[in-house]
Amino acid sequence: MTLDQMKPGNECRIVKVNMEGVAGQRLLDMGFIPGTAISVIRNAPLMDPIDIRVKGYMLALRRSEAKGVEVTPL
Amino acid sequence: MRGSPGEIIVALAGQPNSGKSTIFNALTGARQHVANYPGITVEKKTGTYRFDGRKTVVVDLPGTYSLTSYTQEERVSRNFLLHEKPAAVVDVVDASNLERNLYLVFQLAEMGIPMALALNMMDVAGQRGLRIDTEQLSRQVGMPVVPTIGNRGKGIKDLREAIDWISKDGDAPQTSLRLDYGTALEPVLGRLEKRLSENVILAAHYPLRWLALKLMENDNEAQRLVREHAENKEYILSSVARERELFQSEQEQTAEQAIAIMRYQIAGEIVERCVKREKEEQRTLTDRIDEVVCNRVAGPIFLGGVLFLLYYLTMKIGGEHIAPWAWKYWAMLRDVIASVLPAEGLIRSLLLSGIVDGVFAIMNYLPIFLILFLLIAILEDSGYMARVAFIMDRALRAFGLHGQSTLPMILGGVVVGGCAIPGVMATRAMKDQKARMTTIMIVPLMNCMAKVPLYVLLVSIFFKEHQAIMLWFMSLITLGVALIVASVLSLTVLKRQESEPFILEMPPYHLPTITGVLRRAIERTWLFVKKVITIIVAVAIVVWVFITFPGLSEERNAYYDGEVNNATETFMKNMGEDNPYAELLAGSGLKEFGGYWDDYKKQRMGAKSKDAKHALKEKFSREDLEFFKIVNKGKGLDGKKDKYAKKVYTAYKSLDKTLKRLDTARRKETVHVSFAGRFGRSLEPVSKFAGFDWKVNIALASSFAAKENLVATLGTIYSVGEESSGTTLATAMEEDTAETWTPVHALALMLFVALFPPCIATLIMVRVETGSTKWMLFAATYPIILGFIIAVIVFQGGQLLSLTAVQVMTFFSLFIFTILAATYFVGERSASGRQMSS
Repeated sequence: MTLDQMKPGNECRIVKVNMEGVAGQRLLDMGFIPGTAISVIRNAPLMDPIDIRVKGYMLALRRSEAKGVEVTPL
Repeated sequence: MRGSPGEIIVALAGQPNSGKSTIFNALTGARQHVANYPGITVEKKTGTYRFDGRKTVVVDLPGTYSLTSYTQEERVSRNFLLHEKPAAVVDVVDASNLERNLYLVFQLAEMGIPMALALNMMDVAGQRGLRIDTEQLSRQVGMPVVPTIGNRGKGIKDLREAIDWISKDGDAPQTSLRLDYGTALEPVLGRLEKRLSENVILAAHYPLRWLALKLMENDNEAQRLVREHAENKEYILSSVARERELFQSEQEQTAEQAIAIMRYQIAGEIVERCVKREKEEQRTLTDRIDEVVCNRVAGPIFLGGVLFLLYYLTMKIGGEHIAPWAWKYWAMLRDVIASVLPAEGLIRSLLLSGIVDGVFAIMNYLPIFLILFLLIAILEDSGYMARVAFIMDRALRAFGLHGQSTLPMILGGVVVGGCAIPGVMATRAMKDQKARMTTIMIVPLMNCMAKVPLYVLLVSIFFKEHQAIMLWFMSLITLGVALIVASVLSLTVLKRQESEPFILEMPPYHLPTITGVLRRAIERTWLFVKKVITIIVAVAIVVWVFITFPGLSEERNAYYDGEVNNATETFMKNMGEDNPYAELLAGSGLKEFGGYWDDYKKQRMGAKSKDAKHALKEKFSREDLEFFKIVNKGKGLDGKKDKYAKKVYTAYKSLDKTLKRLDTARRKETVHVSFAGRFGRSLEPVSKFAGFDWKVNIALASSFAAKENLVATLGTIYSVGEESSGTTLATAMEEDTAETWTPVHALALMLFVALFPPCIATLIMVRVETGSTKWMLFAATYPIILGFIIAVIVFQGGQLLSLTAVQVMTFFSLFIFTILAATYFVGERSASGRQMSS
């Protein structure tokens, strides 16, 4: 399952970041490390981007980027 | 970098939203200087302070989450540390977000420069129930840790002491932090480091372990360093490639993943040891605000309200009340300047009509800019900007734009009446270079305040019944065209610009500080003044030369002089030779009276109430009783009649009319034969396809300097006297164009003006923000071509099919919105295509 498929209000754990280049590196920099818990807070008014909480702070990312994050629901 | 003797340089690093700028301000106070890093548009702020008699120069590095080579900001920070070799680095760390901030601490430490941590926002961490053992943290990271609260100036003295200590020559304590990247990576790093050390230049100038790590991360810049400085570069690069491949196949992850994972793992362990959570994590105020502000229904409404307020406060309050109020003082200043200049002649004309008026036309906007920059700084510091991007991103990105393009476009004037200058300047906050460039290119297409007078003028002449609809049409159509242009540009000429993924931190809300907001607003206003004034002066001179020279032939001048003399003689005759006032008005007396007459007429117009009129009369009669009797139609203040004065009044009234007519005719003819006039006429063969005659051409050319000139120049050409108000120009134009112009002419002209190139001041800001003359020239030329094509299509189409302007308008809107829909879907397709490939 990938992060973009998660519904707001649910939590999951990162399995792997399946992205290379700048997007992949940026996600790693922001703490998208295997095992890290993510809670999906909300969708933007037009459903995209999504707002999540990771490592104690809030982050918005587009679904196209969230698609590259493999997760397991908690 | 040691700078001059006894002076040290300290770099200030930190992640975004760590409160770095508050620490910078607290450290350096008012002694700051803003510039750009050479060749790029990243801001470089420096400030100084003295500690213990030693001058310390603080360089504020751009806020970054990491130190990769993917973004301009990261490259700037890295290159500064690598090549300028500051005596120390201070990393500002958000105490309430320690784990992610440590990720940057480690990377800075690997660059081998003495380091200290400013553990900032201790108050926020405290409120969240986090207790941080700073001594333990200092031991763990092997460098001094100073708790600070930047916006209240707490801990600054300790921080200066720590900087002084770590940057002392000789006994400078080396940062002892060295991350252990584990059994899989360490041997590889060791091997690489050894190979790199065989190169004298590399070993002398660069931290080799850092370089080895970066090579394993597949870092472009690190590879470039090796290629430039290593003798065995082929060998090194190929062995890096081999090691990376081997690592990936054995570990089932890339080396950069493994490195990031190790850094976060160690950061997590340190946080575990140093931070105690005293209360359970609970919903913060930020969470509760976001519940409303980012809500699907309430969010966009709130955003609309904020943008309306921004627009209202700047354009309505600022533009309609504060700017006119300030204008009184500008006008007073102008009068002072006018009074010290020589009374007549070319020098006066150049200095006053050329330079002073040109500069003041722009200065008129200064109060509006100041208010605007204040409000923007408040929005930025509060943290709301990230929410704006979050809400708007989806709608804008199909056109190659970004959620962060919202504010620049609003400022440019999506709703009629913005200004492209602050719009272009507001793109500075955008990190995605490609979207940023696209935004800069389309902001000038929005409807700035100075385009509006022309719309109003033309609409009031040609679309009397549809005024409001036409103005709405203009703002919708320009938005439509701008979005299409954005799409096309981002898929073509801007295709190769660096793009960044949309991964945007939503920082906790903050109450902005007054000094922080004021400082930023003044900084930006000053940047504008500094950049624009010098160039406006040059352009104003050129424009003045073009509409003044070569001037009338001697013959024509003699003709006008003769006409003036004739008129004066007629006046003397009409007045009667036996008139006792004749002596008073002979020679220079006539001129003096002319000034008195003009003053009286002008002030009479302004005096509305009976009392005001009476006060005015008293004032003028005190000034000169004889003159007053004349201008008051032969009556004294007491109402006593004087038939001679009455006679002079009638005679002068007709003289005044003749003189004004002659003056306008002379000016009109001067423009006609001027370089600008010749230019306008020489363009006529081409511009006639869009329905523009030479008069319109001149007006358009003059609006390059400032869009205000458009209506003003039309005023000059359409023989409206100096006191031209909108209505008289409208009447003059209506008479002049009655036979030749149709509403379709007007529509074509309005569309052309809507897309017409940005004014010089905007182009200067485009130059500043893109850092490139080439892009500035592009921004100046593409709208002419596009605008002309559209004007020709509208004009010719309307003529051929003999449609009314309203029909043309309808067809054109349908056409634009069809293309808009098409570009939207193309943009969507290419966006999802990118997603597949990544």
